[in-house]
Amino acid sequence: MTALLETALLVLEDGRIFRGEAYGARGEGLGEAVFTTGMTGYQETLTDPSYHRQIVVQTAPQIGNTGWNDEDDESRGIQVAGYAVRDPARTPSNWRSRRSLEDALREQGIVGISGIDTRALVRHLRERGAMRAGVFSGDALGPDDELVARVLGSPQMEGADLYGAVTTREPYVVPADGERRFRVAALDVGIKFNTPRMMAARGIEVHVLPAGTPMEQIDELAPDGFFVANGPGDPATADAPVALTRQVLERRIPTFGICFGNQILARALGRGTYKLRYGHRGINIPVIEHATGRVSITSQNHGFAVEGEAGERFDTPFGAAEISHTCPNDGCVEGLRAIDVPAFSVQYHPEAAAGPHDAADLFDRFVELMDGSKG
Amino acid sequence: MPRRDDIRHVMVIGSGPIVIGQAAEFDYSGTQACRVLRAEGLRVSLVNSNPATIMTDPEFADATYVEPVTPEFLEQVIAAERPDAILPTLGGQTALNAAVALHESGVLERYGVELIGADIDAIQRGEDRLKFKEIVQSVGGDVPRSAVCHSMDEVRAAAADLGLPVVIRPSFTMGGLGSGMAHTPEDLERLASTGLAASPVTEVLIEESVLGWKEYELELMRDKHDNVVVVCSIENLDPMGVHTGDSITVAPAMTLTDREYQRMRDVGIAVLRAVGVDTGGCNIQFAVHPGTGRLVVIEMNPRVSRSSALASKATGFPIAKIAARLAIGYTLDEIRNDITGETPAAFEPTLDYVVVKIPRFAFEKFPGADPELTTTMKSVGEAMALGRSFQEALGKALRSMETSRVGFWTALDPDGDPDVAASREGRIYAVEQALRMGRSVADVAAESGIDPWFLDQILGLTELRQEIEDAAVLDAPLLRRAKRAGLSDRQIAVLRPEFAGEDGVRSLRHRLGIRPVYKTVDTCAAEFAARTPYHYSAYETDPAAESEIAPQTEKPKVLILGSGPNRIGQGIEFDYSCVHAVMALREAGFETVMVNCNPETVSTDYDTADRLYFEPLTFEDVLEVVHAEQVSGTVAGVIVQLGGQTPLGLAQRLTAAGVPVVGTSAAAIDLAEDRGAFGEVLRKAGLPAPAFGMATSFDEARAIAARIGYPVLVRPSYVLGGRGMEIVYDDETLAGYISRATTISEDRPVLVDRFLDDAIEIDVDALCDGSEVFIGGVMEHIEEAGVHSGDSSCALPPITLGRSVLEQVRRSTEAIAHGVGVRGLLNVQYALHGETLYVLEANPRASRTVPFVSKATAVPLAKAAARIMLGATIAELRAEGLLPGHGDGGELPPDAPIAVKEAVLPFHRFRTVEGHGVDPLLGPEMKSTGEVMGFDASFGAAFAKSQAGAYGSLPTSGRVFVSMADRDKRAMVFPVLRLADLGFEVLATEGTADVLRRHGVAATVVRKHSDGSTEGGETIVDRILAGDVDLIINTPYGNSGPRVDGYEIRSAAVARGVPCITTVQGAGAAVQGIEAMKAGRIGVRSLQDAHASLLKARS
Ligand SMILES: Nc1ncnc2c1ncn2[C@@H]1O[C@H](COP(=O)(O)OP(=O)(O)O)[C@@H](O)[C@H]1O
Ligand SMILES: Nc1ncnc2c1ncn2[C@@H]1O[C@H](COP(=O)(O)OP(=O)(O)O)[C@@H](O)[C@H]1O
Ligand SMILES: [Mg+2]
Ligand SMILES: [Mg+2]
Repeated sequence: MTALLETALLVLEDGRIFRGEAYGARGEGLGEAVFTTGMTGYQETLTDPSYHRQIVVQTAPQIGNTGWNDEDDESRGIQVAGYAVRDPARTPSNWRSRRSLEDALREQGIVGISGIDTRALVRHLRERGAMRAGVFSGDALGPDDELVARVLGSPQMEGADLYGAVTTREPYVVPADGERRFRVAALDVGIKFNTPRMMAARGIEVHVLPAGTPMEQIDELAPDGFFVANGPGDPATADAPVALTRQVLERRIPTFGICFGNQILARALGRGTYKLRYGHRGINIPVIEHATGRVSITSQNHGFAVEGEAGERFDTPFGAAEISHTCPNDGCVEGLRAIDVPAFSVQYHPEAAAGPHDAADLFDRFVELMDGSKG
Repeated sequence: MPRRDDIRHVMVIGSGPIVIGQAAEFDYSGTQACRVLRAEGLRVSLVNSNPATIMTDPEFADATYVEPVTPEFLEQVIAAERPDAILPTLGGQTALNAAVALHESGVLERYGVELIGADIDAIQRGEDRLKFKEIVQSVGGDVPRSAVCHSMDEVRAAAADLGLPVVIRPSFTMGGLGSGMAHTPEDLERLASTGLAASPVTEVLIEESVLGWKEYELELMRDKHDNVVVVCSIENLDPMGVHTGDSITVAPAMTLTDREYQRMRDVGIAVLRAVGVDTGGCNIQFAVHPGTGRLVVIEMNPRVSRSSALASKATGFPIAKIAARLAIGYTLDEIRNDITGETPAAFEPTLDYVVVKIPRFAFEKFPGADPELTTTMKSVGEAMALGRSFQEALGKALRSMETSRVGFWTALDPDGDPDVAASREGRIYAVEQALRMGRSVADVAAESGIDPWFLDQILGLTELRQEIEDAAVLDAPLLRRAKRAGLSDRQIAVLRPEFAGEDGVRSLRHRLGIRPVYKTVDTCAAEFAARTPYHYSAYETDPAAESEIAPQTEKPKVLILGSGPNRIGQGIEFDYSCVHAVMALREAGFETVMVNCNPETVSTDYDTADRLYFEPLTFEDVLEVVHAEQVSGTVAGVIVQLGGQTPLGLAQRLTAAGVPVVGTSAAAIDLAEDRGAFGEVLRKAGLPAPAFGMATSFDEARAIAARIGYPVLVRPSYVLGGRGMEIVYDDETLAGYISRATTISEDRPVLVDRFLDDAIEIDVDALCDGSEVFIGGVMEHIEEAGVHSGDSSCALPPITLGRSVLEQVRRSTEAIAHGVGVRGLLNVQYALHGETLYVLEANPRASRTVPFVSKATAVPLAKAAARIMLGATIAELRAEGLLPGHGDGGELPPDAPIAVKEAVLPFHRFRTVEGHGVDPLLGPEMKSTGEVMGFDASFGAAFAKSQAGAYGSLPTSGRVFVSMADRDKRAMVFPVLRLADLGFEVLATEGTADVLRRHGVAATVVRKHSDGSTEGGETIVDRILAGDVDLIINTPYGNSGPRVDGYEIRSAAVARGVPCITTVQGAGAAVQGIEAMKAGRIGVRSLQDAHASLLKARS
């Protein structure tokens, strides 16, 4: 703890300002302020593409304790637009740690702030809803009203088309562990490293494809299954992936979607999506599966949700479908299942990372689905 | 799916007396269970021998049996109550073991009673360490290598195979009793033999040592749908080798990545399922290798545990309450989270603060006991603190301990190099000193096994200290940072002498507007709005920081200050009184606000008071809470009288600071506590007290002793709980005491009292409203004065005192109450010496015996006291029916049942450095951890129950060994004769045997220990250890005589668990008890029933 502390500000679009110390890179970070309640897994969270253009507020007060290692990244780098914490670790301690969290933030130019009353900030976001914000330090600092103006000048999350910014430019293949049982075309709208890993462990060869991939290329692959990943932004803008998914459904290719993928499947089935006040972001969130009544504790990260009611059945261009999972906290839709075509999806993260592994068996269901339609 | 409708009547088993390893947390869990089950409309019957518990209050169950928690008595209760089911998982190991016994003896089957919340096979799979290890491996988990042994030969073989050091762990014991780390073959012999003896199934586990690894615990819950949640993760700051109960622990885990944490979670859940804990809570411990991350499972407790209570308070997720609901058929998703009111209990709490728990020890009470912390739990209590950072929580927890040190730098550094390797009480202070003196984190980590992250946080504090010392002026930013790091005003004052103490720092702080904000424990890191006002303080540097105290103006508020960490002399009894005050004042229309830092208690359950502040009970922290409450409404009063010495000690300063302390005034408290002033009160009232004097040197002391005559009782004038008291018989021992009393000085003199030999001690609890005095109860001690009132057993109503004495007791108590100016509760201790009734001391506060008296007499003393403190008169309370219409506890109806209180002592947990037992002798210094109540029509039966509840039944046949001091021989003849008539074989040492023979008792002579054993004759100690003695009567030979024999005999008795009576009076009582048992005159009766007839007899 040094005496000379560099100031940093976190400025909300409604004019509320939190004063703390500069953390990570100096400068300006603009994005939507959201909070995550996970007590572990900041490395996975920061590298999760779904957090693209968001300023993540960590409710857990002591952050960086286990440093930064070479194994736990969930994408090519840190994705967040800014990072707000209360107490950063002075020096990390863990046998796998290679560098400190702050070094990782600095190296990757992520502007952060520490020492603010994160709980007050979270309560504000809970009441007023997630909103635009900016983290400012160093040369980016200026008079309050000017900073607020800069925040108001930044784009809204609603209507934001972001998956294009995080998708892979080139297709790539993740080979199956051991002998290959299936080939899956995975649409990368912000996929996390652990998802192909989970599939590969089940004998799936995963072809990770750019978001703009046309149906023809998928036909060439002749996959046993189609997967739509998680990703950032407003699903209402994702028309291309939705159209693609419709074509896949026409071909009755077994389909599985996660998070953004759940919203895309929903839209393909004719359902709308809407923005949640402050979303679900954490690794302690219950989900009830209505078929069994069982509860899973899940990892979640979504600011938008699919319209629908617990257990609701509805008609779609592809036959009947149902809302298969909801969150008992607020009744929010957490999963869908098409009945006449082989397709299902969940709003939460069975690949976890960070988070509990309760829902890992969904990948086995995907395998069963592909088995089934292989005949 | 809703709850089962085939269960209408549940029997809950409590955990019995407070002992090390099983304390107040089981009153908290049991009370929650009773509340929940009754709210569900079920009939609840309860068995618990501990009268100091809230759960045994008549209003918490339909039928409350304050009876021993033993299979015999439980069967009687089952026969009387015929419950549909028994819930045994909330009463600790005691309840669980009792349930297993009832199952094995076929009682459950015979009465068609179902065990709920636990399944016998699961219990065995969880508790049988070998079976358990197999299960862990079967689900892919890893465990320390080990072997189960049933004999010393097997033990030696196993140790040879594993290589020393090894851990020795008896099966089916709680709190690590009898377990330990064997570094040498000698350790192995000693620990394994006691371990085999300690285990109810003579089984010990010899285990590979993982000493120095990181230790973790997970608290899990499972419902009948197989939904599982992890409620809390706990990381031990002290590494493996120090019992979790003795470790500083932190929640949530601080030094695990998500991968490692999820691995632990996966293994934990898999183990829970494989063991088959069908519903309820369970606790699993892990060790993690700091260098490789290798994860091994240490053990699981298939029940609510000490850590579950901690986890509940740490997270706001009430494990016991939910376990009770699960047991009657609900599933987690059907149970609402009280705190949010909206979301279900099927989730995992997330914390936006850090929790630190620190254990409280009592080594000073057991001279010669080895202070090394090992795998056997030795702490007697704990304090918990919440802060927004580890540093803040650590600081708050350290100052909650109420030991001589109240946080870093508040006492002089001990000279010599700080020893960070030895795991001892207060090692954290040595660690801080070492880092401050420049030793590297890596270095200290290597020696102590403490994770570098924690050490670095402490290093940060030492750097901050430097900054504060070096700063030209203590400006606002620096002061804010200091407070944010958890430093108390007092700590800062140590670093900045110009403030002349903490008051100076505080006024500066207030001038600069630096005050704590109060945050809320809400299980969800503020994701949802919280309805339960469960708060903790924190300092923020952010100007946008928020406090979350909702204004409350409809009702006047009353703050009740709790009693802090449990310790010997101040335990659960005081929490009981605080909780009663809350209940009574709530009913009377006040908003109740509880302040306490003890996670084990009912008072810190957010369901108890209208608001809860989980805060240290220091002057600074209390003052800030009062301020926060005054800002949010009107504070009618602060109660300091019910939480024992802790809050009482704050009375003066709070009053001086303008805080409205209600009840007995600070000045009056001083009258009672200041020796001189109190002497005046007695003189005016014409009441005799033992002659005494104050000495600041040996010569003065000797002069006083010469004047008042030996024996004398010496003690430092300033300590409580009988600390450092000794009975001295001659100049030589007096000289010894004075030389040992290091802190003796002009302003810290030694008190020398005339010691009243063979006096009957009498304890009185009374209420006074300023005009009327209500005697709550008069307790006659069974042991003579000289045995601390907290350690001696006593009877209520008195069994031998005559009318005139009782009249004298009443008049004296009234005189003292008025003389002192008591408003509320008063406790007076008398010694009846010959015809004279001496006053020993008066405590102007709730005493340890308040719950016992309230249960014995069916009068809620603490409730009445709380009302009186807020202005009600005794007359009004009588009219209201809170107190009986006429008469009081000083004059109980002739046919009133007899209540006997027996103390429970922890000697068996302590060992000298050489590994011998410590002397289980009673004296003026209190040593007991808890108590039981025996309640029955006759004294004999009540006493027998008290023994059964405290130590296991008295024998009704077999061998009694008798050896007594000359002065006792006379008095002993009759009881021993009686035992012989009752068919006991009598063994005695030579002198005693002669006396007995002359009175026609054929006693067999046995060799004294000091004679040494020969091929021909074993000594008495050999025979006790061999287990062929069933009862021991051994009175000490005064201070002068040869006491070593007595010591060897008594510690052998403790080692073997043989009832050992050390006073003449105790022997008499035991004989009456044995008679009652032989006559089969011992049944069970519910408190409600007993109280009903008491009330009838009164009106
Ligand atoms: N194999 C071991 N090596 C070193 N220390 C151990 C080992 N097993 C247990 N311990 C220590 O002993 C303590 C008590 O052991 P535990 O299995 O938890 O028994 P209990 O909690 O029933 O007393 C643990 O908290 C841990 O610190
Ligand atoms: N003058 C005395 N003569 C005999 N016993 C005494 C005397 N004074 C105190 N005691 C014994 O010592 C015990 C503790 O003394 P007390 O004054 O009650 O201190 P504490 O504050 O620890 O209760 C008493 O319970 C009593 O048994
Ligand atoms: Mg344990
Ligand atoms: Mg006393």
